[in-house]
Amino acid sequence: MNAVVRHPLRNERIRAALAQLAVAAFVLALVGWLAAGVLADMRARNLVPGFDFLRNVAGFGISEGPAFAPTDSYGRALVVGLANTLRVAVVGIVLATAWGFAVALARISGNVLLGGMARGYIEALRNTPLVLQLVLWLSLLRALPPLSEAIALGSVGAGAGAAGGAAGGAATQTAWLLLSRKGAAVAWWQLTDGAPFLALDLPTTGRFGYDGGLVLSPEFAALLFGLVVYTGAFIAEVVRSGIEAVSHGQLEAARAVGLREGQALRLIVLPQAMRVIVPPLTNQYLNLAKNSSLAIFIGYPDLFNVSQTVGNQTGQFVAVLGIVMAVYLTISLGTSLAMNAYSRRARWVGR
Amino acid sequence: MMTARAYAIVRRHGAWWLAAQAALTILAALLVWWTVPPLLRWLWWTADWSVVTANLRLFILFRYPTEAAWRPALALAMTVAAVGLAVRRAAARQSASGARTLLWLLGAVLASFVLLRGVGSSVVPMNLWGGLLLTLILAATAIGLSLPLGIVLALGRRSALPLVRWTSVAAIECVRGLPLITILFMASLVVPLALPDAWRPDTVLRAIFGLTLFSAAYVAEDVRGGLNAVGAGQYDAARALGLGSVAMHRLVILPQALRAVVPAIVGQFIALLKDTSLVLILGLTELFGVARSVVNQPEHLGRFREALLFAAVVYFVLCGGLSRVSRSFEMRGRESRRGRAVERT
Repeated sequence: MNAVVRHPLRNERIRAALAQLAVAAFVLALVGWLAAGVLADMRARNLVPGFDFLRNVAGFGISEGPAFAPTDSYGRALVVGLANTLRVAVVGIVLATAWGFAVALARISGNVLLGGMARGYIEALRNTPLVLQLVLWLSLLRALPPLSEAIALGSVGAGAGAAGGAAGGAATQTAWLLLSRKGAAVAWWQLTDGAPFLALDLPTTGRFGYDGGLVLSPEFAALLFGLVVYTGAFIAEVVRSGIEAVSHGQLEAARAVGLREGQALRLIVLPQAMRVIVPPLTNQYLNLAKNSSLAIFIGYPDLFNVSQTVGNQTGQFVAVLGIVMAVYLTISLGTSLAMNAYSRRARWVGR
Repeated sequence: MMTARAYAIVRRHGAWWLAAQAALTILAALLVWWTVPPLLRWLWWTADWSVVTANLRLFILFRYPTEAAWRPALALAMTVAAVGLAVRRAAARQSASGARTLLWLLGAVLASFVLLRGVGSSVVPMNLWGGLLLTLILAATAIGLSLPLGIVLALGRRSALPLVRWTSVAAIECVRGLPLITILFMASLVVPLALPDAWRPDTVLRAIFGLTLFSAAYVAEDVRGGLNAVGAGQYDAARALGLGSVAMHRLVILPQALRAVVPAIVGQFIALLKDTSLVLILGLTELFGVARSVVNQPEHLGRFREALLFAAVVYFVLCGGLSRVSRSFEMRGRESRRGRAVERT
């Protein structure tokens, strides 16, 4: 009769089941509540739930990216926005990696002047908001000379103004890199019909814009530059701490077997440091991709920016935001999964 | 002797390396020569800082009434004191009551918020809040609120209950995979729709909601790192003493885990301080927003760079200063721990 009858809530199993049930109920209630609110609001504004509006004609233009006409659909507009996001993210990641490694090497070079400059640069960029930097870069770019007086780096030639008259006899410039308030233009390989399929195409200042070369709009140039120098500062710190994580004995051993400083770094230290560097480096790549959504502050038509325009025109803010979030999540989670697979393999190989 | 030393350096590094070093030094010097003098010239002569000096009040308080400026000052003093006390307690290892320290912090932040808003006839509507004041309020409130939420998420992620674990993982990874700007936008768009009209929160509260949600996911990952650093022996010891799961975490695990993540959380606070500049998208005017808006005054047209640079310097001083303070605490903590270890042996 004295058998201990435990209260059901004292039973570990029952408590666990109840806790799970409570969490599930909470999550379902939260989602249902939000969904109900959103649907009620859509009814009040005479909006049809669903994604059919994506087929309607957009009626606005997009300043750059894949061809887009105002007669194209909203769905197509979002695709163009995504292409613009990927364009700036991919180019930005490549350049930020190169720049970040260069700055890290400058920082640990032992060269006092260069190291000090690298340190000042890293501190300044890491401790100020990216938005502020982007807006500053765009404003500096807009303060560059006009097209007719473009700054030419690696000038190849200057000719008399094309078509005379209105051009006022301003000289045209041909160079490897041209900079003006109309943006930047760099020499680039272009497909040609002639024998060498790829021919180097040098940009020239025209009357209303650049002729030839790879032309970067001021918004794209400012966004790309801003993302590269900002993320580069973070990457430099990641690389530096990775290199410092390799024990000093490795460097001494490399010297002892007669390797030069550069060889020791390239053959001994960096390969070991990479194992430490790669995970945080991936985080920085993802940060760069996510930070490209700040394009809206400087008017570059990336995915988020375009989605805001679509939302404004259709009123379907929630649906559009859902699409944008799904795209970013796919990019982020996909990269994370790939990364985890890589580090698992790297761990097998190492040690 | 000089030549012998130089010869040794050449032998060790190779002549190419030396030449490269020389070239790098020259390059760096040229870079300094090209950029620094024009920059100084601009700072001293070309720039017109009246856009900053004439609008200093806007930059700091925005439209918060000047006669009530003692309230932000008091709130700041209160919060700094609470944080200082919490850090001292943590350093002194008096943290069998880690939960109480957290509650103090939270209390200080909420009390500051109430003080700033006021009650009854002394209410300062939140649409008057702005400038540096709003930047600090947003960052402090969001980090204060995201700490408990982040701890809950981190514990949830390690829970043995699958549903709890999956929910936490999904929440953390979704938020971390999204740009802050989309989360802020969602907070301002979707959350009000789910509430009755009379309860529609003010824009400042929506921004705090979005920032808290965002920051909590990152805090959760920091805390998870701290939890992983606590040895398995601590769990065994706590269980051997007969502590239940809640008491074990509150008295044994969390105090150790949280002490280990203080630097990471300071880093998160710094990141948040910078990220508050994005609330401009919700129509709030914090420090960066003020810099953007004062240049619309007719007498300061085109003085955008001066205003931006001033805001950048304020951010730099705040964030750089905080990270320096945190680093020095970290050093001191490491030294004192080493000292204790020596004592014990």
